[in-house]
Amino acid sequence: MSAKFPLELDQVLVQRKGKVLLGPLDLSLKKNGVTIILGPNGSGKTTLLRAMHGIERINGGRITWAQEDPAKHAFVFQSPVVLRRTVAQNLAFPLQLLNVPRAETEAAVAHWLTRIGLSGKSETAATRLSGGERQKLAIARALIRKPDVLFLDEPCANLDGYATREIETILGETAEAGTRLVMATHDMGQARRLADDIVFMLNGKVHETGAAEAVIARPQTEELSAFLKGDIVV
Amino acid sequence: MIDILDGLKAAFWLVISFDAELWEISLRSLRVTLSALIIASLIAIPLGTYLAVQRFRYRRFAISLINALMGLPPVVIGLLVYIALSRSGPFGVLNLLFTPTAMIIAQVIIITPVIASIAHQAMRELWAEYHDLLISLNTTKWQRIVTLIRDGRRNLLTAALAGFGRAIGEVGAIMVVGGNIDHVTRVLTTAIALETGKGDFALALALGFVLIGIAIVVNLAIHTLSRTEREGRW
Repeated sequence: MSAKFPLELDQVLVQRKGKVLLGPLDLSLKKNGVTIILGPNGSGKTTLLRAMHGIERINGGRITWAQEDPAKHAFVFQSPVVLRRTVAQNLAFPLQLLNVPRAETEAAVAHWLTRIGLSGKSETAATRLSGGERQKLAIARALIRKPDVLFLDEPCANLDGYATREIETILGETAEAGTRLVMATHDMGQARRLADDIVFMLNGKVHETGAAEAVIARPQTEELSAFLKGDIVV
Repeated sequence: MIDILDGLKAAFWLVISFDAELWEISLRSLRVTLSALIIASLIAIPLGTYLAVQRFRYRRFAISLINALMGLPPVVIGLLVYIALSRSGPFGVLNLLFTPTAMIIAQVIIITPVIASIAHQAMRELWAEYHDLLISLNTTKWQRIVTLIRDGRRNLLTAALAGFGRAIGEVGAIMVVGGNIDHVTRVLTTAIALETGKGDFALALALGFVLIGIAIVVNLAIHTLSRTEREGRW
């Protein structure tokens, strides 16, 4: 693993209407691997992800990227947003925004259609896909620009086991190929399956963080211990 | 009842006999209305979309103003355009009064707020749906507007058709600025008003049926050409 961090958060603070939603917090993400952000509802997981991606305005502190190109990080939302276009057109969209040549775009679209198993639905309206298919499409659309970092906000929430397994397979392959994954989830099983590092959030702050195996085996705080057991943490 | 039947018979006869005057008036109606529709759409659709996407200080006021302008009495707009284009008015040197161009100008002023308001409403809903995705893809303001217009084209078509309906049936303003001059500025609505004034109800009704027929045919043609009812594709 590289010692150079691609992303550092220094005393980052997010406030809305006088209420602190996040921070102040410090966090460093290593260059490779999968970081899982755990925490109960309202703990600031989504706000943290959005702030790191740059779509949530921060009111204090600093977020420093080693890689400055915004096209090099992508985001997948909990409720997948699909354009009112065909599946193939949805996939092509991020490349068209960057004026990627048509032949290159078509090749990338064909590759990703095969990879997510939607080759037979390339000309179908994306809004007619199932929830799992939509989420796979959203992930492929995020990955088609070959980002260095992919943020995912509970991408498997409300999906059945089969769709979750398909998405985890894609994410596992993506991480192996070198894309940094930062993902919020409620699913402890998923955290165990995917995580290299865990960030446990509580009340807008990083409560505990470390290597996944160590954090899960030996939680240092009562709150994380309770959360891992499935108890209600507030 | 007899008048209506006579009107229907007269309309049928006028159409199948390719009555030269009827065709001339009908084509002029279409030319004036479609010209106004194209110009108004080119102004109103980007304006409505911009108001949906962009936040600025007087945005609410601008939206309220457009909504208020929808209710302006056409005859008052006709009077204002008449004053502006009359010999002593600021645009008198252009010699446009009592020409089809003056009628187009009046219609553009009447229907632009209608199209802009409906377009804004449609684009606001689409922007709410697309906001996170387009922000996360680091799109420029222009790319956002183009994407919304492209993907919201069905709703924008409805907005344009509402403008067409308002324009094709308009009589007050175009009577004032056009003058209902035979072979120059006479259109279906002003011809109906004239024939009604002369007491020739059968001809007035015939012209009315032709007007309704044109409105229906144009609506159906636009829907068919734009494939708005085609399922499964955008």
